[in-house]
Amino acid sequence: MKLRIEPVAVDCLMLRLFDSIDETHMPWLLAATQRLRETFGAALIDLVPSYTTLMLHYDLAQLDDDQARTLIHQALHHLQPASAGSGTLHRLPVWYDASVGPELPLLGERSGLGSAGVIERHSQHEYQVFALGFAPGFAFMGLVEPQLASPRLATPRQRVPAGSLGIADRQTAVYPSVSPGGWNLIGRMPIPLFDREQGRSLLQPGDRVRFEPVERGEFLRLGGDDTPFEVQP
Amino acid sequence: MTLLIERHGLLATLQDAGRFGVRHLGVGQGGGADWIALRWANWLLGNPLDAAVIEITLGGFAVVAEQDCCLALCGADLDARLDDAPLAPWRSFVIRKGQRLSLNQARLGVRAYLAAPGGFQAPAVLDSCATVVREGLGGLHGDGRPLADGERLHWRAAASPAPCALPAERIPDLASRALLEVVLGAQIGDFSGQSLFDAFNSDWKVDNRADRMGVRLLGPRLECRRRDMISEGIPLGAIQVPTDGQPIVLLNDRQTIGGYPRLGALTPQAVARLAQCAPGTVLRLAPLGLETAQRQQRQLLAQWQHSHAAASAPARRTA
Repeated sequence: MKLRIEPVAVDCLMLRLFDSIDETHMPWLLAATQRLRETFGAALIDLVPSYTTLMLHYDLAQLDDDQARTLIHQALHHLQPASAGSGTLHRLPVWYDASVGPELPLLGERSGLGSAGVIERHSQHEYQVFALGFAPGFAFMGLVEPQLASPRLATPRQRVPAGSLGIADRQTAVYPSVSPGGWNLIGRMPIPLFDREQGRSLLQPGDRVRFEPVERGEFLRLGGDDTPFEVQP
Repeated sequence: MTLLIERHGLLATLQDAGRFGVRHLGVGQGGGADWIALRWANWLLGNPLDAAVIEITLGGFAVVAEQDCCLALCGADLDARLDDAPLAPWRSFVIRKGQRLSLNQARLGVRAYLAAPGGFQAPAVLDSCATVVREGLGGLHGDGRPLADGERLHWRAAASPAPCALPAERIPDLASRALLEVVLGAQIGDFSGQSLFDAFNSDWKVDNRADRMGVRLLGPRLECRRRDMISEGIPLGAIQVPTDGQPIVLLNDRQTIGGYPRLGALTPQAVARLAQCAPGTVLRLAPLGLETAQRQQRQLLAQWQHSHAAASAPARRTA
């Protein structure tokens, strides 16, 4: 880890910790996040982790640029990565099926693994949550095996149902709410990801996720919506 | 203590300062795009500066008072009328039961801010009632819907302060050509020298594609060497440059992370000014040193620290 600090706005600093996306970086980002929150206390407005960076938004009424940089160095001095088991491990049930994951057959064909092979490979891996963004509770996870990697759809869909599980390049994610989207959909997940009332997100940066294949019946029992995917022009 | 929304117009939303401490959950900021006008509207009524107000976009908006009260209007001149009498912005005013306040069409600026005593009532979602339509958060029902015809708004304070006008020297200048100051940073080193020259020495025109999420600027094509960028946090006012070379300034309803290279970010004051620039407006960008920008922002914030308008000298009051 080699830290670079750059201003990105009048009251925001970008902390660049790494140059590439790698699962082994997350324990460092997680540890840095905890230390920075403790050190800045009430002077911290927001801290946004994303793959290789942390964007730190501080309160200009309490700190200036020099003071903020000093606190950052203080917080990250002798930083040790969080232990390998840190970050909550979530086991998320998924009904992998072409009726709710219209790209499942396509990915099976492209990879030469068939739909069953895609399901097996996708559900074998433990994914890291690299960042939340795009929508409240939308967690970018990876890394998906290169064989399953697939570029985004050329034309994004206007409406992707909540719970849809998708792949884009080497990342995978579940849409927390209905939204437009261009990811390759392979299944649906019945557990709500973002609680609007409480403002809680099930998944947090640094968490780990395993997807567990379930049958339609179990999916419905868990509260899933099996409305088939609408075929759109 | 209610206002009845008779016509919601193009877009009218409840806004406060927005949501903070939640960006790592993918939750955006939201909040009044012209945060300076929002603060003045509250200040005129002696409200907490970030109390909930109505942000009215471009006009077509009307409310009817269901009791006497004092409201404040700041920001864009949207040809406001109290029944038939013209009403200039940057003041608080008495509206009687049964009177209609209409904001008809944009004469100067884009967004007007209507405040009520103590702030409008709305459920707090993540400590804010800021309406973010795309995220389905905030607003009158907490679900991100904009204000609709027939809805009734309540406010928090029982007492109404005496009406007054904002002193002329405090009114932001929305009429002269906008010079938007930029704190340089992020991927600025990856832009070509010519593009950096062009960015700060050319006229930029506000495109039709301008909303609370971002404002696209049309002008010379800016070239960035960097193509594949790893997504990172996006501050308010960030100037991102997609592959077509036409910058987009990201405002309150922006996404929390993104992967386009950036020149830096507008100062908060410049963000407020841009929020009042209608499509077709020609503006300029100017670099500003970080130290100066921080000093300037502190000075700007200091102007609200003294006592509010309702407690100030009677000379400021208007009939």
